[in-house]
Amino acid sequence: MNAISKSLWHAYLAVAVTRFKMVLQYRAAAFAGFGTQLFWGFIKVMVFVAFFEATNEVQPMTFSEVLVYIWLGQGLLALLPWNVDAEIANDIRTGGVVYELLRPLDLYSFWFARTLAFRAAPTLLRLTPMLIFAYWVLPLIGFSEWALPLPDSFASGLLFVFSVVATLALSTAFTMVMHVALIWTISGEGFNRMMPGIVPVFAGLIVPLPLFPDWLQPFLYWQPFRGMADVPFRIYSGHIPVDEAFFEIAMQWFWFAVIVVLGYRLLIRARTRLVVQGG
Amino acid sequence: MPQIFVENLEKRFRVAERKAGLWGAVRGLVHRRYREVEALHEVSFSIEQGELVGYIGPNGAGKSTTIKILSGILVPSGGRCEVNGLIPWENRIKHVAHIGVVFGQRTQLWWDLPVIESFELLRDIYRVSPADFTRTSDELIELLELSPLLDVPVRQLSLGQRMRCDLAASLIHQPDILFLDEPTIGLDAVAKLAMRSFVQRQNKERGTTVLLTTHDMDDIEALCTRLLLINHGTLLMDGTVKDLRSDERRVLVDFEGVPQLSAEHASFARERNGSRVIFRVRGRVPEFIADITAHYSVHDLMVEHPPIEETVAELYRKSVR
Repeated sequence: MNAISKSLWHAYLAVAVTRFKMVLQYRAAAFAGFGTQLFWGFIKVMVFVAFFEATNEVQPMTFSEVLVYIWLGQGLLALLPWNVDAEIANDIRTGGVVYELLRPLDLYSFWFARTLAFRAAPTLLRLTPMLIFAYWVLPLIGFSEWALPLPDSFASGLLFVFSVVATLALSTAFTMVMHVALIWTISGEGFNRMMPGIVPVFAGLIVPLPLFPDWLQPFLYWQPFRGMADVPFRIYSGHIPVDEAFFEIAMQWFWFAVIVVLGYRLLIRARTRLVVQGG
Repeated sequence: MPQIFVENLEKRFRVAERKAGLWGAVRGLVHRRYREVEALHEVSFSIEQGELVGYIGPNGAGKSTTIKILSGILVPSGGRCEVNGLIPWENRIKHVAHIGVVFGQRTQLWWDLPVIESFELLRDIYRVSPADFTRTSDELIELLELSPLLDVPVRQLSLGQRMRCDLAASLIHQPDILFLDEPTIGLDAVAKLAMRSFVQRQNKERGTTVLLTTHDMDDIEALCTRLLLINHGTLLMDGTVKDLRSDERRVLVDFEGVPQLSAEHASFARERNGSRVIFRVRGRVPEFIADITAHYSVHDLMVEHPPIEETVAELYRKSVR
């Protein structure tokens, strides 16, 4: 890497780190989120306890695989692209985006850096306490059967980490599409109301994807949201074996590339029609 | 080649419009009507390096549009424009590295960050070396008296404080050209003076080219050697503040008691208020004063330029389409 591209990389990193620090200030929201997600985590576990007690058939997932799915899902909920960054939405609405265009940076990459931090920071704030709680605290208070199991193997655990990195990239790219679309819609309210109804279903957060009927499986397989929850969770539990995990992670990156190209082209179109308010 | 070169610049916006009322709103859903607004029409000028140029015009005249085109944000509908030999909107990233811009109505600082962190982020964004950054920021902090503000989050600053910080932020990367869009809007007298002397110093000592839009004629008189006047997207005047002044003078006379003016003298009177009369005289002012003092007993007397606002307002009115 030559000196110029290195310092350019540094510029985007600085943007991301700054935004990251800012989002980390919203600790109250993170604690409240943690409480809510814990509550729903318990409800989901109880639903599946009832489900597994009521069935004699062999299900596509074991109870322990479902536990992994639920607790990781609760911990990584904030990673899903279900909302837009209020700061970017505000910049677009008030015309503050002019200053973004005054910086010697590529606009897509500039926003991508900000969006990456916007997705990563709250996730980190919630994931850590959720993992501690689900793994350590639950057994201590007598719920050891409901606790989060360890990864299936060391390799599964490692691949899970790689897969979550891909999830972050994928989710950020998808959020970017929404951010670019804001240039047309101006208000982010539409996305903020619509996406929570769509994304968690297709990512597998309402019902784990393998438990959907067989005829739906091909459709569920060929959509990008799967890579935002289902894939990393099943790699962790070994439901996706190690040798298949490489392919699944490659698929996540494939979808990432597709969505980045989509967002980038959308931004080029938006740029030509961008009329900054107050001209 | 001048540093900033603009020739026959055109900008048209398409504005969606709808009729007022509920029916208008419903119709707007089905059938959108667009209206073309001509923001700039055949605007030409050029600015040499080191000039300090005032760009004035009423609201909606096209000032901000020009600045946004010059800084590479907007693409014009026609005409030519080069800044530092680059076409701004085609070489945006390369171009913006050498310009600084302040939009007085909005801040470029990060709202929730302490001021110094905004500066540091700009340092990284513009890839300013640590040594250059230390030198430039120390100087800006001293000149603009920012040291007590550095650790304060931007949202807690007063408008005057924020504007000083914004000005510093636009200069962190030592641009050759500074565009200031209404930098003194809403500022109190002290803050305005500080802003002016800083801009002047930056222009004199660093040779930074400055193009500044304002509604405040005092800004223009205090700062600018040259003036561009625009209305309805058309350039009305390109000259000096002196050019704007006619040879007309206001002669303010306080008489001893209420004067009985002769018909000839009364024809010069514009305002009468008891013993005070304001005359408007073109040329030959000494003769006029001699004549007045010879015919009446005068308590006090003052000669001044007509307020520049009036001259400008007159030009705006004349340019009605």
